[in-house]
Amino acid sequence: MKEHILSIVWLTPLVGMFILLLLPKENKQLIRIVANLAAFAGFLVSLPLVFWFDNSIADYQFVERVSWIPALGVEYYLGIDGISLLLIMLTTVVGFLSILSSWTAIEERVKEYYAFFLFLQAGMLGVFMALDLFLFYVFWEIMLVPMYFIIGIWGHARRLYAAIKFFLYTLAGSVLMLLAMLALYFKHAEQFGVYTFAIEDLMRTQVPLDMQIWLFWGFFIAFAIKVPMFPLHTWLPDAHTEAPTAGSVILAGVLLKMGLYGLVRFSIPLLPEAASDATTVQIIAVLSIIAIVYGALVSLMQKNWKKLIAYSSVSHLGFCTLGIIALNPNGIAGGILQGLNHGLSTPLLFLVIGIVYEQRHALEIADYGGLANRMPIYTTIFLISILASMGMPGLNGFIGEFTILRGAFERDVTWAAFAVLGIVLGAAYLLWLFQRTMLGPMTNPKNEILRDLNLREICVMAPLVLWCFWIGLYPKQHFAVLEKPVARIVERVDPEYYSRNGIPNPLTDGVRVASLVQD
Amino acid sequence: MFFLDSIWLIPVFPLIGAVIMLFFGRRLDPQNAHGHDGHGHGEHHDPPGKKLISFICPGMVLLSFIFSAGAIFELRSVEGHSHEVVKFTWLAGLKTATSSGALVDFTADWGYLLDPLSSVMILVVTGVGFLIHVYSIGYMAHDGGYYRFFGYLNLFIFFMLTLVLANNYLLLFVGWEGVGLCSYLLIGFYFHRKSASNAANKAFLVNRIGDAAFVLGMLLMFTTLGTVTFTEIGPALEAGGIQAETAGFGVLSVMTLLLFIGAAGKSAQLPLYVWLPDAMEGPTPVSALIHAATMVTAGVYMVARSSAIYVLTPQTMTIVAVVGALTAIFAATIGLVQHDIKRVLAYSTVSQLGYMFLACGVGAFWVGIFHLYTHAFFKALLFLGSGSVIHAVGGEQDMRKMGALRHKIPTTFRTMLIGAIAIAGMPGLAGFFSKDEILWQVWSTHHPGLWILGFITAGFTAFYMFRLIYLTFFGNDRVDPGVHVHESPRTMTIPLIALAVLSIFGGWVATPAAFADIGLYVTAFEHYLEPAVAMPTALGAGEHHGTGMEWLLMAASVGLALAGIFLAKSMFDRTREGDAMQKRLGSGLHRLLYNKYFVDEIYDTLFVNGFAKGGGAACSNFDARVIDGGVNGAGWLTRLSSNVTIWWDTWIVDGSIRLMAFSIKCASYPIRMLQTGMVQNYAFFLVAGVLVILTYYLFP
Repeated sequence: MKEHILSIVWLTPLVGMFILLLLPKENKQLIRIVANLAAFAGFLVSLPLVFWFDNSIADYQFVERVSWIPALGVEYYLGIDGISLLLIMLTTVVGFLSILSSWTAIEERVKEYYAFFLFLQAGMLGVFMALDLFLFYVFWEIMLVPMYFIIGIWGHARRLYAAIKFFLYTLAGSVLMLLAMLALYFKHAEQFGVYTFAIEDLMRTQVPLDMQIWLFWGFFIAFAIKVPMFPLHTWLPDAHTEAPTAGSVILAGVLLKMGLYGLVRFSIPLLPEAASDATTVQIIAVLSIIAIVYGALVSLMQKNWKKLIAYSSVSHLGFCTLGIIALNPNGIAGGILQGLNHGLSTPLLFLVIGIVYEQRHALEIADYGGLANRMPIYTTIFLISILASMGMPGLNGFIGEFTILRGAFERDVTWAAFAVLGIVLGAAYLLWLFQRTMLGPMTNPKNEILRDLNLREICVMAPLVLWCFWIGLYPKQHFAVLEKPVARIVERVDPEYYSRNGIPNPLTDGVRVASLVQD
Repeated sequence: MFFLDSIWLIPVFPLIGAVIMLFFGRRLDPQNAHGHDGHGHGEHHDPPGKKLISFICPGMVLLSFIFSAGAIFELRSVEGHSHEVVKFTWLAGLKTATSSGALVDFTADWGYLLDPLSSVMILVVTGVGFLIHVYSIGYMAHDGGYYRFFGYLNLFIFFMLTLVLANNYLLLFVGWEGVGLCSYLLIGFYFHRKSASNAANKAFLVNRIGDAAFVLGMLLMFTTLGTVTFTEIGPALEAGGIQAETAGFGVLSVMTLLLFIGAAGKSAQLPLYVWLPDAMEGPTPVSALIHAATMVTAGVYMVARSSAIYVLTPQTMTIVAVVGALTAIFAATIGLVQHDIKRVLAYSTVSQLGYMFLACGVGAFWVGIFHLYTHAFFKALLFLGSGSVIHAVGGEQDMRKMGALRHKIPTTFRTMLIGAIAIAGMPGLAGFFSKDEILWQVWSTHHPGLWILGFITAGFTAFYMFRLIYLTFFGNDRVDPGVHVHESPRTMTIPLIALAVLSIFGGWVATPAAFADIGLYVTAFEHYLEPAVAMPTALGAGEHHGTGMEWLLMAASVGLALAGIFLAKSMFDRTREGDAMQKRLGSGLHRLLYNKYFVDEIYDTLFVNGFAKGGGAACSNFDARVIDGGVNGAGWLTRLSSNVTIWWDTWIVDGSIRLMAFSIKCASYPIRMLQTGMVQNYAFFLVAGVLVILTYYLFP
């Protein structure tokens, strides 16, 4: 069981999908029940990971390694570290909740809808587990397909445009990644005489700096599109706006995190010299800062509720990439944690929209107003998600932002000075949104039909809210999980970091951060 | 040491109250759960649930007060007068090397520190907070959302106590943002009013500007000193051998300046004061509690808390003092002409906060805290009194529609009069001691320019406050005749009386050094704060000057205040048209002051419409036209080229093939004609052929 846990985790949704396909498509209720059970089972089987995961091991855990295509040296090679663990748990939780949130929202082609969702779930989980670059690429590409259909079939008015844009954007990046991947693969074979895609083997390859830089940007652009970073972000507003609620939830919650994950798992460790090259760092940092301010300013001007949240993602993920490219422990850990935070608070914001959309079929902010008069529980949860999103201390966003700022500050004070602008503007667009939708008198009579949350909807949101508070009030476990993998990345890009700063290295010195093991 | 070890419970009590209100409040008070603005006076019977709310929420604050008092009593016998209770490590990070080369753990505990400074603060917060809770029972009785109001108010007390009891800057920041959130919720309590939600947003956003600077300040502090824990700052400064930055603007100066920007946001100083007057959209008890007595003084508290660093940065200290003095006089001039009773008090608060920063800026941190403490009494009193007036005249806030109320609401009148005398600085009352001490400290630290600003402000203060008193309680009756003017219920008047008593006697904990001449020199407050706050100005600074100068200055400021009061009396006592200010000042100056020097308009143009909306529109256009235009353009080009390819494919590639086929077809056409598939034809050709061949051979 323990040695195959990763396979079990990613295959469970897939098995659920196959069971679903055997059901008669007329029986929607049965399909819903089975799909939810399958997704919940997917969450349950991922829970042992949390208990079995050992923070003190720096290496990958739960490794499974079998040869797959021997002729090419491709392996079925899975394994996780702390970064993957957090993202896998995020995926199983958000994936289940997004399926649960669709209960009444989807009436058309119910069977296909849930099948695609479970398929997507399997693909995303595979992405966070694969340690073989080829296998990773397979998962990365395959989960495009269900997402394409989810947007294209169950989306809103301009769904086809959005779906195609999403697909092509990602594919364009993937092609560059494939080229970079193959170049690295052949370079490695040239030096070692063995063909392999396993990342720890590829890391041993000696790549000259100029080639590293080319390869780095190849990987980087693929991941930057997924993040998405300015100026490669314009697929996101369309995809978010047109996708059905659960699609936006999973897109914001998990899919965007794959870009960040790619950066820290592949781009940076595989090509450390290119990543720590001063020009590269400056370019990425400047793009991140632009994203923070630009995303916030564009958000401020949106008239469409979903689009506003979409642009806020650009701003928030700018924080994440800024932290990661600071290339020091705080920056990287903060960047990843903030990715997780965004994966909690933004799904909440989309779920909130979904609830009124389902009843009113309107997405323009101007269609709403004064909802607090009718929907107090709803308003409260919306306010909490807004506060989490804009970095209110006591909630998760603050912990992430602050850790990133510490990393950025350590690297370059001006980065931090610019990034704090995001704190001010973030509050501006979110509070203004809250004012326009929730406060004031209820002027639009169409909103009279709105009801407050029901029990299922509360159950969908409560876990996310609780997780937000957990990180905000007691983030220790999350940092403990991230400590070693982050140290490995820092070692890779800046082997001198720990000795130069006289800081004990969590990997070699056998010490863990004192404050983390206390009490 | 039961109470001392339970100081973590002090904030927990109101949190419990808030949580109960959040989850069960609607069930306790089901009627009109949504805000309803207005003050009906019909007969009403409180449902038992509502009574329970009136019992739980003030009760929780009272419990906090009792625990605070107990802990402070126990603290007297503790060595060093400081006690820390750490609940758990909240935020821990990796080891970091500071700029001095030392290796430190970044930690921020969820820990509480009780020392003389926080003692003063928690007494003010829980004491005044409790009185305002009691007052609110009466004030909010007719408003919808009763449970919501008390829930927010309890939540506010929780965050405020977290702010003042935190043992490090980061936890202080939790409280700091938390009180901002509660302020947002309470300013926008009547959220169906657009002006209320606008004011709430404005308050939060302006504060966020300060907060951003505060965060940077904390980061800089951590990288410079290696800690953000209060008790470790002093030792870190010593260990690092850090000298005062007298020569230039060094790292410490930047740090303290950033912290001060944060404080200026929260405590409504120039140029970030603009949110506070608008915050008066909230219910009046909120104005009293949050926007007068407690939250807005958090900035002063934070600066005093950081006094050990501030004393090393004389450059920043000068900035603090100048900003404080300018804010004091700037806000006071605006307060001279406002018609809205609460706005006068709001500008007065901004002005008084300026005094507090002025004191901190000249190094008299304890005097800043002293004024914070006395101000909490008389300003809460004045706000609650104004609430009682508003309540009496049916929700009217414009003083031009009041007048001659002194006999109709006598308790309110008497208590407010005491508050006005106290803030005007009449000898013996609380405001006199603290304000006079500030002016004396400014003078004796050789800041004559700042002293003049503070001195003039004292005159303005007396004038605008008695303008308020005369317009409201004297003169002719200008109240809307349809309104039945009535004194407030006892839940409202008792807090007024309690605060009036405190405003009279509260100042006798620190008297001017010159009072030594008459045997009344009290230094209790100063001595009490000594372990917690830096005291760069020596005790009894008056020794250098002799007491003569101090008496002289005291007499001058009292004389000026009296002049202000008599001027107000002469202008407004028998006024008929409501307000004679415009005539006296001339319409140009009056308009300038009445419109608050047009600062809001300037900010709107520059920041809201300029930076935010202009920048937003520019970025949106860029996004849609340039970036997405490029993407769609690429898509269009792809489709164009595919159309060209289709054309090429259809007409050239496929065309040439088809042309070839066509030409073969053409060529084969005649031959094909022969191949008809009819046997008779083939038989005919066969016979014909045979005949031709035969003919050829037979007839050569």
